[in-house]
Amino acid sequence: MGFLKRFFRSRAAVQQLPIGSLTVDRNGRVVTYTVSSVYPKALLRDIGQQVLSLFREARMAQMPLAEISIHFASLNITARELRGGAVIFLLPQTAFSPTATSPHL
Amino acid sequence: METRHKILVLDDDADWLRLCNELFAQLPSKPEIRTVASGARALALMETEPFRLLVCDLKMPRMDGLQVLSIVRRRFPELRTIVLSGLEDEEFRSRAYALGVDLFWLKTDMQANSQMFLDCIESLLGRDLEGGFRGIQSKSLMDIIQMECLSRSSTVMRITRGSLVAKLWIQNGELIDAETEGSCGEAAFRRILAWRSGTFENLPAEPGRERAITKPVNALLLESAQAMDETADSVDPGSIEQTTHRKTIWKLALLTREGAEFVIAVPPEGQGEIETMGTQPSEPLAKWACLAAETTRRLGERIEAGPLSHVAANNLERQMLVLNQDNKCFLVGWPPDVAAGPLLEKSKKLVSSWDS
Repeated sequence: MGFLKRFFRSRAAVQQLPIGSLTVDRNGRVVTYTVSSVYPKALLRDIGQQVLSLFREARMAQMPLAEISIHFASLNITARELRGGAVIFLLPQTAFSPTATSPHL
Repeated sequence: METRHKILVLDDDADWLRLCNELFAQLPSKPEIRTVASGARALALMETEPFRLLVCDLKMPRMDGLQVLSIVRRRFPELRTIVLSGLEDEEFRSRAYALGVDLFWLKTDMQANSQMFLDCIESLLGRDLEGGFRGIQSKSLMDIIQMECLSRSSTVMRITRGSLVAKLWIQNGELIDAETEGSCGEAAFRRILAWRSGTFENLPAEPGRERAITKPVNALLLESAQAMDETADSVDPGSIEQTTHRKTIWKLALLTREGAEFVIAVPPEGQGEIETMGTQPSEPLAKWACLAAETTRRLGERIEAGPLSHVAANNLERQMLVLNQDNKCFLVGWPPDVAAGPLLEKSKKLVSSWDS
């Protein structure tokens, strides 16, 4: 009994979605965050770096951006440019979430 | 008393505006010259003052010249328009003429042949306002119907082609009925659209006419255009050019109607060219749109956030949405004052009808 648990107990079946905010500096380092400490730091760093790369590439295309909102089926990521870095808000989507696009500055 | 005509010069380059001011001051009719640096300001000024001539640049930030011209053509049909551009591209020339401009001049030519340019302007200023329909001879029936519908007019169009007579009933910009050669409704409309030439006149509207056509006019026009394309000789360069021209007009009208600033459509690599409407061709912007779509899609997979719906971005000048549709990546630009709420729906509507 419990034979299968030996192999599968260590991993959760579903990755939880992050909720909260984080700030990243211009080098992509996570400076502060309010996301649960259970959430993998590597993924938070990944979110920060990808968002920064979008801001950076937009600047290179002569179109500096103030805000980017990425809308997934179950998560909204809203990022505001902050002196080369960014403040990023992570908001899981529920059935009651509003579906509007990013708020206008 | 002789009245002085007013000329409005629109260009984002202050030095160029000064130069135009000095040049136009040499015109024999001594017109009053006003200069503006943005399309929005020009439109606001035209609402308040009557102008005889608009001299417009094409490449401008926020609202480009083609957008201004398409609005001007609808709001101020009697206004004479001249495009003065530095863009030596035949595509822009044909697009400008498709919007009904009276003259297209390159800035370099203007400097080299300033006297000829002044003569052209003087001639345009001198023409009588009761001059009939400009540019209509180069428009197809499809374009004319589309213009009627875009201007939200109510009218009955009587179209004649030799002994054939047809009527189209348009109510508040919507096509409600058509009639010709014993047929009516959609069938009649399709038959009329196949006519390549003829004359038309606008009769008073008949508000009591019962609606027989329920499909939107754009859908009918598109179906007819596709049917004509299929039957046309595919190797005839003239017909290909005509189809491209029609599609361009249709897309520009779609853009204007929805109120978007521009659309950049990027096909998958190696499967066609980047299509830009409403702004100058911009490879960096197209690249950014693709990068945004691809980067965020991969990020979504890693953090298990589900499929990507869209990416929205904004700055003080505009709002933009990146969407994927039929393997194409679309970047849709909107003015900053458009409410953010309906932007997604409006953008989806725009891209879904883009290649339909």
